[in-house]
Amino acid sequence: MTERPSGANNEAGTDMTGAATVGEVLDGLSDDGLEGYTYAYLDEHTKREVRRAVLKAVAIPGHQVPFASRPMPLARGWGTGGIQTSLSLLGPAETFKVIDQGADDSVNAANIRRLAARTADVETTTDTTAADVIQTRHRIPEEVLGADQVLVLQVPITDPLRTVDPSDAANRRRHAHANYGKIWVRLYESIVEHGEVQIAARYPVMVAGRYLMDPSPIPRWDVPKLDNAENLFLFAAGREARIYAVPPHTDVQPLAFEDRPFRVERFDGACRACGATDTYLTEIETEDGERLFVCNDTSFCEKRQEEPALPKDHHLDRSGVDWGPGTGTSVEMATDTGPATDDPAPDTGGDRT
Amino acid sequence: MLAGSGLATLYGDPCGDCIDRTGDEHGRNRCPACGTIVACAEVDLSVESGEVLGIVGESGSGKSSVAGLLALERTDGRTRGTVEYTGCEGNLLTADHETRHRLRTNAVGFVHQHIRDGLDLGVTGGGNVAGKLLAAGEREFETVRERAQHLFGRTEIPVDRMDDPVRTYSGGMQRRVQIARALATDPSVVVLDEPTTGLDASVQARVLDTFRRVQREHDVAAVVVSHDLGVVRLLADRTLVMRHGRVVEAGLTDRVMEDPHHEYTQTLTNSVI
Repeated sequence: MTERPSGANNEAGTDMTGAATVGEVLDGLSDDGLEGYTYAYLDEHTKREVRRAVLKAVAIPGHQVPFASRPMPLARGWGTGGIQTSLSLLGPAETFKVIDQGADDSVNAANIRRLAARTADVETTTDTTAADVIQTRHRIPEEVLGADQVLVLQVPITDPLRTVDPSDAANRRRHAHANYGKIWVRLYESIVEHGEVQIAARYPVMVAGRYLMDPSPIPRWDVPKLDNAENLFLFAAGREARIYAVPPHTDVQPLAFEDRPFRVERFDGACRACGATDTYLTEIETEDGERLFVCNDTSFCEKRQEEPALPKDHHLDRSGVDWGPGTGTSVEMATDTGPATDDPAPDTGGDRT
Repeated sequence: MLAGSGLATLYGDPCGDCIDRTGDEHGRNRCPACGTIVACAEVDLSVESGEVLGIVGESGSGKSSVAGLLALERTDGRTRGTVEYTGCEGNLLTADHETRHRLRTNAVGFVHQHIRDGLDLGVTGGGNVAGKLLAAGEREFETVRERAQHLFGRTEIPVDRMDDPVRTYSGGMQRRVQIARALATDPSVVVLDEPTTGLDASVQARVLDTFRRVQREHDVAAVVVSHDLGVVRLLADRTLVMRHGRVVEAGLTDRVMEDPHHEYTQTLTNSVI
């Protein structure tokens, strides 16, 4: 092998031989910046296409609207639908937050946030209450969202019926005729086998009494937050090229038998960091084998560490938290009965959406 | 309760004269001009509630096509004719999908010729029966469960096998699960397509007994399709004999069996051991 002359491949024209650290190399690089890119990275046609799909989705709550999903500079299944939707909604005055499984600091979340900050010139934040648009994967924040906020959820699998029939054509017919008998058989079978419905994430919900909807892989804990919320929920799947929505004040009911009510996850214990008993907890194992629970929503956990009694709607001018599972006593009530089926944080393996 | 007239199913690209060029007098059901298969044509029948109509005929004579039409299972461009149910407006073959779906889940029970078409083999036996109730809108788990248990008892399927997957059931049990499923919503019409094919004589007798008892108790209008004269003789009040897609003889079952008029029926009754 011949030795490659130093700097021969360096298009930016910097001499790398003298650089001592990666940081110095990066500082030495220069490019054309955002020259040639449209505002918010996507071209105007794409943004218009996504906004049209969003409007249609809002008009038909829970219905999966096809849209022309574009190739993005990251693999499909890594949030491409969410990014296209967020970038189509953002304007320079907006503040953007990205959550990945409850945390703001994962590589994917940080990269998406940086892309938006760089191309759409938006402020970014980790504070749920300060954000206008929140893109999220697998969680709905613990803090109550308001009427001026939009939550964009990344969706890996759009059709809840695919768990009972792999044929999308047959499932589209079922949606058209609201023929959801098969998914009820699945619930029946689950109760027969396990004594209760064992669906950890992607719990099927009926939207406005019409469409069966996959709420994306959020835990059961977050499902009640969809019902009659103040904010708009947008669900975007880049790989499957579908957008659907739950508009504000829409009736969203998890599927459940009348005599086997829907139940959220039950935890024995409080968050080790902030002491919360009214949030969705993740079980972690320390190096010496100890198992402990901590809040999954890191941003709210930090606030609670400062002020342990902080209610979930502290930033809103109202009283009585009605966002998802209740606080205090009602959570304890939910922890008493039935076999323990505490689900770990929803995990879809290599599927990152 | 149930009436059909001018029922026909044509597979292919009909030339217009297919029905005139086929049938019993021509000895064929394939149109010589265009090659269209006339699965059944010019079939008229009616069934009162509490009555059982038998349809016999050799393989390929159009029995299942008629059954599919009556149970509203087949509704595409290939079907012609009129199917009417008491209490429903108009021709149900041309009714919208919504109406047909509602009738199929509530008013009609259909026992398919092939187990695979009628049951979800990966689901438990109880789940298959429950599926019909759930599709009809029942939303109380205990009610669904009790009803499924009750139907298992009525159709003599061991109730302790209820929570096993249907694919682990014996052939006779699968047939009876189909009957239990068909009866789940107390339908007013039940169509059985070859309910005993592939079963040995003792199981056959049990399946038929079960059905006859339930049918009488609930005053169901039933259509039984079989190539087996014995089955039809046992169950049916009236019988249609089909050949080459046409009804060649119709009458009270006893009359058809004892005094067959049509040449084919004579061969058929003579060939019974």
